[in-house]
Amino acid sequence: MSDPIQINSDTCVRCGACVPVCPYSAMTQAEGAVPTIDLKTCALCGACVSACPPQAIAIEPARKNEALDSFKNVWVFAEWSGSEFQGVTFELLGKARTLASDLGQKVVAILFGAGVANRAQELIAAGADEVIVADHPALAVFQDEIYAQELRQLCGAHKPAIVLFGATTLGRSLASRVAVPLYAGLTADCTGLEICPATRQLLQTRPAFGGNVMATVITPGARPQMATVRPRVMKALPADPARTGQVVLAQVAAEVLKAKARRLAFAPDTGTKINLGDAEIIIAGGRGMQKPEHFALLEELAGVLGAAVGASRAAVDANWIAYPHQVGQTGKTVCPKIYFAFGISGQIQHLAGMMSADIIIAVNKDPDAPIFKTATYGIVGDLFQILPVMTREFRKALGK
Amino acid sequence: MHIVVCIKQVPETGNVRINPETHTLMREGVTAIVNPFDMFAIEEGLRLKAKLGGRVTVITMGPPQADAAVREALAMGADDAVLISDPAFAGSDSWATSYTLAKAVQKFGDVGLVLCGKQATDGDTAQVGPGIAAHLDLPQITYVRKIDAIDETRITAQRLLENGIETVESALPCVLTVIKEINEPRLPSLKGKMAAKKAVIPVWTAADLACDPHHIGLEGSPTRVAAVFPPPTRQGGEMLTGEPETVVPQLIEKLREALLQASR
Repeated sequence: MSDPIQINSDTCVRCGACVPVCPYSAMTQAEGAVPTIDLKTCALCGACVSACPPQAIAIEPARKNEALDSFKNVWVFAEWSGSEFQGVTFELLGKARTLASDLGQKVVAILFGAGVANRAQELIAAGADEVIVADHPALAVFQDEIYAQELRQLCGAHKPAIVLFGATTLGRSLASRVAVPLYAGLTADCTGLEICPATRQLLQTRPAFGGNVMATVITPGARPQMATVRPRVMKALPADPARTGQVVLAQVAAEVLKAKARRLAFAPDTGTKINLGDAEIIIAGGRGMQKPEHFALLEELAGVLGAAVGASRAAVDANWIAYPHQVGQTGKTVCPKIYFAFGISGQIQHLAGMMSADIIIAVNKDPDAPIFKTATYGIVGDLFQILPVMTREFRKALGK
Repeated sequence: MHIVVCIKQVPETGNVRINPETHTLMREGVTAIVNPFDMFAIEEGLRLKAKLGGRVTVITMGPPQADAAVREALAMGADDAVLISDPAFAGSDSWATSYTLAKAVQKFGDVGLVLCGKQATDGDTAQVGPGIAAHLDLPQITYVRKIDAIDETRITAQRLLENGIETVESALPCVLTVIKEINEPRLPSLKGKMAAKKAVIPVWTAADLACDPHHIGLEGSPTRVAAVFPPPTRQGGEMLTGEPETVVPQLIEKLREALLQASR
């Protein structure tokens, strides 16, 4: 049988353009010769095909799958803030354990940072069999280009079958920059992941059209299968400090560190104690709050419950509360255990951001407000009468 | 500076449903709008042009009727618009879409800044902006809430992260994705609307962009939608009635278990 990828020596101009673009370093070229392809490392991804000026390289599409089985293991990009791991990292490791055992493969965590190698054990305790650490001062904080270049290198060298990221600002900014040069499939904001028993492909389920539609996405002919995963959907495993695993230190090559953009400053958000994305409970207010001062009532209840404060677009557009608190289509998508909606009518754009909460409690004076169709528990009434009673009673119930 | 704004026509959310029998999208009677995040990108392009001079070109990839979206941007004040449309583009995922848009940006040859909304409200992927940057090997600043400074060669912008605000400096050309906080989009003027109505919108096909046929449309898309189905319906709708003093204890009783788990 002929090779699944071929270089036509009659049309090849020996320019060498294909060699550096290969993510898997499968191409070599002797001076002035037609490049050669190592079929054992070639992933049939097609990067060389599009880089070839005279279009002398061809892949037999029907045989693309031949290269897919050489991709192994489930990778989790560990999101490290500089002082701690994002919660989604542990959720991903928990999910990756299930996927890896279905495939009979390993869970590998990828950790970038400066002086972070000693934190690898936490990832092993959470489910990783192996941790690849790139420890370098230039990786101290997330930088789109450098992180993407390093991760692309690692994927090229190790050929993971699956790469998971949290669907955070960092994860979403990074994943696409890695998937593009690898010719990999990337699915955003997944809420369900499983291995198809028949094809061993990753079935990636996600909401679309503002949550009105669910879609299951596959990557049939390319690897890695990359996905960003919505925080707070997957379950982390209880940490097992006795688990053992391997820690591998990765090289950080000089060319990886070239970047055209750099961080100048970072101003941490000190105003909000709890970030909406991480919150187990969210207390949100809408147009019915009437005035910015009234958000103090929500803050008070939030204080009692250890909750974050959210808002509808109407409240943000009225300048009653800052944009980072906005939940919904043009704000944040949240997934808490309990979501309180005070004076929020429940426009579809708002629902799109919070409908996957486990329990929704709506308080609204309009009995016909659409929020009551989505709410687990609805209370029709004046929120200004109900809120203080709630704050008092919850304080009592929780013994605070 | 030549600023290119990439926009997308999307169905107005809330109108899209799944036909429960055929499991296909029901788009009948659905209004098409410019993706809300892209409105901020258009506005920012216009403001930067007012400051720096140059021109703003709006591009969209879609079926022929997507030309309504770029006309809206022209009405707001964009100088030029291009519709990127070819039956060969059908079925593009975010890899193929960002490839195609990158080819269009490349074709202009003189682009200093590419602006995108942070994500489209239909697919909600937020992958196309960084994808364009990756295809063109350009730097990117995502989730931009404010541009602090810009000249012909450099930009400094603030991006909104989960835990704070990061200030990033980048060389130009650069790809930016913007969020709602960045500005308030203007309404089109009557004069702008009239001009936009009459404008002739050039259409660029796969051949015009010299696209590799293996990298566009369904064939060029590594991902496939294997199934589409309606979301699980929410349980509930239980109404609690009575005075606050009686209704709140009722609610707390119902929440007791969830609360113990959640408020640790």
